[in-house]
Amino acid sequence: MDLLIQLAIIITKVVIFTFGIVLSLVPLSVYFERRFSAIIQDRVGPNRVGIPLTLLGFKKDFHFFGLIQPVADGLKLFLKEDFTPDHVRKAFYWLAPALTVVPALITVCVIPFGSPISIFGHTEKLVIADIDIGPLFVFSVASLTVYGITLAGWASNSKFPFIGGVRSTAQMISYEIALGLSIIPVLLYYGDLNLSKIVQYQADNGWLLLPFWKNGSLSLPDLNTALFWIPAFIAFLIFTISIFAETNRMPFDLPECETELVGGYHTEYSSMKFAMFFMGEYAAMVIGSALIITLFLGGWSIGFGLDAYVQKWEIFGIGIGGFIHMGCFLTKLIAFILFFILVRWTVPRFRYDQLMKLGWVVFFEAALINVFLAALILAAPQLTGAIIAIGAVLLIVLTLSVIWVAKVSEETPKILRA
Amino acid sequence: MAVVKLQRPKLNFGEKIYFGALIKGFFLTMSHAFRTLRGKSVGAKELASSGLGVTMQFPEQRWDEHLPEYYRGAPALVTDEQGRERCVSCQLCEFICPPKAIKIIPAEIPSDDPWAKVEKRPLEFEIDMIRCIYCGMCEEVCPEQAIYLRKDYLITGLKRADMVHDKKKLYEIGGTRVGLVNKWNELK
Repeated sequence: MDLLIQLAIIITKVVIFTFGIVLSLVPLSVYFERRFSAIIQDRVGPNRVGIPLTLLGFKKDFHFFGLIQPVADGLKLFLKEDFTPDHVRKAFYWLAPALTVVPALITVCVIPFGSPISIFGHTEKLVIADIDIGPLFVFSVASLTVYGITLAGWASNSKFPFIGGVRSTAQMISYEIALGLSIIPVLLYYGDLNLSKIVQYQADNGWLLLPFWKNGSLSLPDLNTALFWIPAFIAFLIFTISIFAETNRMPFDLPECETELVGGYHTEYSSMKFAMFFMGEYAAMVIGSALIITLFLGGWSIGFGLDAYVQKWEIFGIGIGGFIHMGCFLTKLIAFILFFILVRWTVPRFRYDQLMKLGWVVFFEAALINVFLAALILAAPQLTGAIIAIGAVLLIVLTLSVIWVAKVSEETPKILRA
Repeated sequence: MAVVKLQRPKLNFGEKIYFGALIKGFFLTMSHAFRTLRGKSVGAKELASSGLGVTMQFPEQRWDEHLPEYYRGAPALVTDEQGRERCVSCQLCEFICPPKAIKIIPAEIPSDDPWAKVEKRPLEFEIDMIRCIYCGMCEEVCPEQAIYLRKDYLITGLKRADMVHDKKKLYEIGGTRVGLVNKWNELK
């Protein structure tokens, strides 16, 4: 009986978090994308689709700022002809869209959506699977997305999708390393891989990028924490940019760049299969933002030492603190999605060699040096002054040598003349 | 032709770091976004915007009073001051029409008509507005100043038959036009 209740709770969580929140954030972010890009470009954007009350005899339609637009888009894609070209490799062609959507949705399970809620004395964590390898699980599963893209490119059996698929693979390899290395300082700092505990720690002791409270009261960070802000910020930059590359968003959307590759890996796809690629991309964006928020910006925490206070709020024996925290998390999530969109409509796409150089020459080394820097700062209280000095000198030498190597390798070869 | 070698501009350190340019870009796009929301986009006033960007939101707001003199809308037939239909069905417009949108069935004017000396008038005059490309060649070629492109642009219909303007509709759009050359009027 206990097992059944446990199962029911898990299924409820899956339905609410995966289908209720993440999947409904996908059309919402599509809507935001269209409206935000419109106002950036001095346009209006979709503001018409609503509930057509005039059809039912009312005076005015209910526009609701065009929020129903994504539903219309989805319906359109659903009703379109699902065309499978003759020349494709059918099995993989059918498998690929699923392979892009599913990993993005699986990774939802380790994201903590809010602080634990208590219903009539029973405490329940707002995370589907509270496992101790949070970020590693996300990386390992999210990397599978690239198989979907590559398979789509290969199975389409035509040149543009193929180039898109190959590009996606190359891009993934060059950015996964930076992605993985960049969060090592963060994990060193927390000393934990459980995302729920990481967020709880941030709620108590200040967010990683905003360490202005300690043990539930506002205070300036001590020297060590303040110094750690530097590697934390570098890690944040590299991690965010790598997430952009991982989710194939502008400025790294080379696998599907319309101007070069028609539609990239999904050129040959139509109808709902195309929509699944679309959904996978946006779901990956949602999950990526959620991960960044969880690791660097305090997850569900409201911050400024208010979390412990909020958590105690109760209405009729049901702790509502968890729901307030969930609202906070979703606010942050939507804010970060808007940032993703802003970047997309601001930054032009990188050229392919620039992208490779950025991944291998800049971010890989920067992340590596950042690991040592963070380790030195974290270990400093236990070390004597001399060792710290030697470490700092070694680090500076290492940095300079890396910069020198990067500079030398950058030198353009002399143009050969006939 | 001389070969001109262009030197790529040397970037200084700040430009190579790229983040400065990124932040500048964010400011640029966000300033556009805020100006759009406040209805202060560049050119919003001249383009009579709806208060959101430079866009005029169509069914509620119309461009009608901003239409230029030379605007080419739907072609239509006109009558003159005496109420005479000016078309003499010479069919020049039918022949010149690039998409073959015009169809004319000529007819003789009966001898008891006061304008019997004009001899011909269209029995049927149809313009298929699905085919019409609003080029204005019919207006240009007409020797009788009978067909003009008016400023009507909302040509809609629920079926193909609705989109064919017959003679009645064409005169309705065209109306009376005064001050034209009075070729057939002896009184002047």
